[in-house]
Amino acid sequence: MPVAVEADIHSGLPAFTIVGLPDAAVQESRERVRAALVNSGFDFPLRRITVNLAPADLRKAGPGFDLGLAAALLAASGQITPESLAGRALCGELGLDGSLRPVRGAIVIADAARRAGCRGLVLPRDNESEAALVAGIDVTGADSLTQLVRDLTGEAELARHDCDATALLATPLGGGHDMSDVRGQHGAKRALEIAAAGGHNLLMIGPPGAGKSMLARRVPTILPPLSLEEALETTRVHSVAGLLGGRPLVTRRPFRAPHHSTSAPGLVGGGRGPSPGEVSLALNGVLFLDELSEFVRPALEALRQPLEEGVVEISRAQRAASFPARFMLIAATNPCPCGHAGDARRDCSCHPVAVARHQSKLSGPLLDRIDLVIRVEMPTRGQLADEKAESDSLAIRTRVVRARSVQARRLASCGRRCNAEMRAAQLRGLCDLDESALGALADARERIGLSMRGHDRALRVARTIADLAGSPRILREHATEALSYRDHRGGRQLSGAAA
Amino acid sequence: MSACDACLQRSALLAAAAGAIERVARRRSRLPALLALHDRDLVAALKIGHPDRSAAASVAAAATARGLTTTCAHAAEFPRKLDALPDRAAALFLRGDRSILDLLRAEPAAAVVGSRRASTYGLEVSRRLGRELAACGVPVVSGMAFGVDAAAHEGALDGGGPTVAVLACGADTAYPRGNLALYGRVARSGLVVSEMPPGFRPFRWCFPARNRIMAGLSSMTIVVEGAADSGSLITANFAAELGRDVGAVPGQVTSGLAAGPNGLLADGAHVVRDASDVLDVLFGPDGFRSRDRKHATPTLSAELQTLLDAVEKGEGTAEAIAGDPAAVPQVLSGLAELELLGLVRREAGGCYLRCS
Repeated sequence: MPVAVEADIHSGLPAFTIVGLPDAAVQESRERVRAALVNSGFDFPLRRITVNLAPADLRKAGPGFDLGLAAALLAASGQITPESLAGRALCGELGLDGSLRPVRGAIVIADAARRAGCRGLVLPRDNESEAALVAGIDVTGADSLTQLVRDLTGEAELARHDCDATALLATPLGGGHDMSDVRGQHGAKRALEIAAAGGHNLLMIGPPGAGKSMLARRVPTILPPLSLEEALETTRVHSVAGLLGGRPLVTRRPFRAPHHSTSAPGLVGGGRGPSPGEVSLALNGVLFLDELSEFVRPALEALRQPLEEGVVEISRAQRAASFPARFMLIAATNPCPCGHAGDARRDCSCHPVAVARHQSKLSGPLLDRIDLVIRVEMPTRGQLADEKAESDSLAIRTRVVRARSVQARRLASCGRRCNAEMRAAQLRGLCDLDESALGALADARERIGLSMRGHDRALRVARTIADLAGSPRILREHATEALSYRDHRGGRQLSGAAA
Repeated sequence: MSACDACLQRSALLAAAAGAIERVARRRSRLPALLALHDRDLVAALKIGHPDRSAAASVAAAATARGLTTTCAHAAEFPRKLDALPDRAAALFLRGDRSILDLLRAEPAAAVVGSRRASTYGLEVSRRLGRELAACGVPVVSGMAFGVDAAAHEGALDGGGPTVAVLACGADTAYPRGNLALYGRVARSGLVVSEMPPGFRPFRWCFPARNRIMAGLSSMTIVVEGAADSGSLITANFAAELGRDVGAVPGQVTSGLAAGPNGLLADGAHVVRDASDVLDVLFGPDGFRSRDRKHATPTLSAELQTLLDAVEKGEGTAEAIAGDPAAVPQVLSGLAELELLGLVRREAGGCYLRCS
């Protein structure tokens, strides 16, 4: 939302008032602007100054108004002509010496300025590349207030900055993690490949130290490269959150691993702003929730909306905001409090009641959105020493990209992008099942108590497995492999309910 | 057939006197002698009042209301093996499949008992023993406690065979609470037994008292795991006093949990490595082989058979079985096939277990 800065100077006792619902940072802007003007060699008018930030009913926050305030004062006191500011948007935090400091959300600001009909935007140098990603507005970066004034008076014009996002995206990503760093764990890698190929959410159960986090951290490397649209989308959220750290564009898929003490607002977003939460920062990337059972229930409950709709709507007293939140959820948990239940090599020291309680925490609506549940075992010494060629991320990614493009073609007509997004009603039409595959799923419902939802989840996963295998039909082996990834606690709850 | 009034009266008396017995029977050695007393002498020994005549009727009514059936020593269906106890349980309250009573009279049963906090090894062994014995039609008797007991019942249920849970509380109560689901399974396809009336909440003496019934019902008592002062040794003692066979599963000598069974082995108990060791004791060497297995496994393809063998050996994950990354999908798909055939089961931790 663009804000107009109006300044009025008239005679009276020297004073400097800002109106228009400024927050503390904007109030303090008075002192920064006064010092910056004086230290840059301009006059600070010792008269009664009133600055109005319009629209007056919108709360203004942050130090980004400094530059606009300073320019408005210069124009009002006749040190520059008001015409020179016409059609320009200004944004930036001022240092006391008149230098310009970067602000958050530059790309969003540039976008808003363009939509408001501005033809130019001046902002701190550090933000220029990021803002220049927005087409249709001239973006110039300045180092200091003096530079800006010299540009406005025509003494020394600032150069327009351009940024080519396609080129940035095409730059190869050197170094970093790779799936081949993880020895063994072929079962887990296979499951992660399926999850990446179909956009499925996945839960890993295993003892501490089995390599769950290590595997999860490498999932972004096997996901398809970011498209330009996705990169810009993610950049916007990261820009608002101040996470860009000087980079103009997010070129890697984000990986977010919030600690299990994170609250519900921390996960989905909140605060006065409101500001985006972890689910939005993980946009188009991976959200990794380690120690899933340790998260507080409200935090896990809050994940339902983003998981289902791909957006979070947050309403606060001041404002409501909507952040995109499409991400792949990878969760990990110990099988019991000590972590060794079911471990062939170590004994579990937990009381059986504690184990049951631990496992019952991991139920409910969140698990309905998790298509694959796998066991991750501590690798044996033999597996660690195994020098057999491991699939590297690039090889897996190639297979994932191929499977995704098959899905995109099939799902184009119904507006979905990957198998995990298929609605229950669409499954029948989109999943062509072999006779015997159909039989396997029917058997599963009859014999091992597979629920209707479990059936649908298995069908989605089977579709992805078939896509990876390049098979247009789902065969029995695809269906049965999918069944092996199901949430096996379904049957147990069933027997409990019957008792 | 249901229990006679005199026997129900005895149950009511035991329940009413439970607190008094607890005080007198602090020393465990006094318990059998105390329980062997007739009603009149028991009342006198405990210095309590006689429960009134209507107690039997109200116990019977409560049993019916809670969906329990009863039997007693005077009924034809009563498991005669219990007669050997000096203080045989007078009335038994039952929930589940009463035809198992006939089986208990006709066939030898095996009690599988052990520690509540068992090791992975102990759980694995008792589950396997339970499964294999039950699959051979041998009733598996245990106490439905956590750990070894629960694993033995689960194994028996997985094996599709008979299992008997002897409880220290009323037979209508799932105790411990955490085994509610297991209680449901046993009540559906096995038999839950208690000598105490419905709704009864156990005192400490009730657990050794329950153990004497377990030992009494079984031709052989097998201790899987337990410390040197474990309750499962009480069961083994009862069995030895009755002249029944006692078996023990050998464990690591460094493990405290193996002290109980290893001690029994040192005293001459039968070594139990798997179900065939038990069958040899129950039916004599090679005695069982002439009989048919109750549940023949369907013929499997070579790959599925290999997988099944691997799971039987305790390899619970595709990772461990496959060895080769390329084989993982086939292994997973094969495990699911076995699961659909009802031959393996995926456990809460995510590992596969062999079942019937």
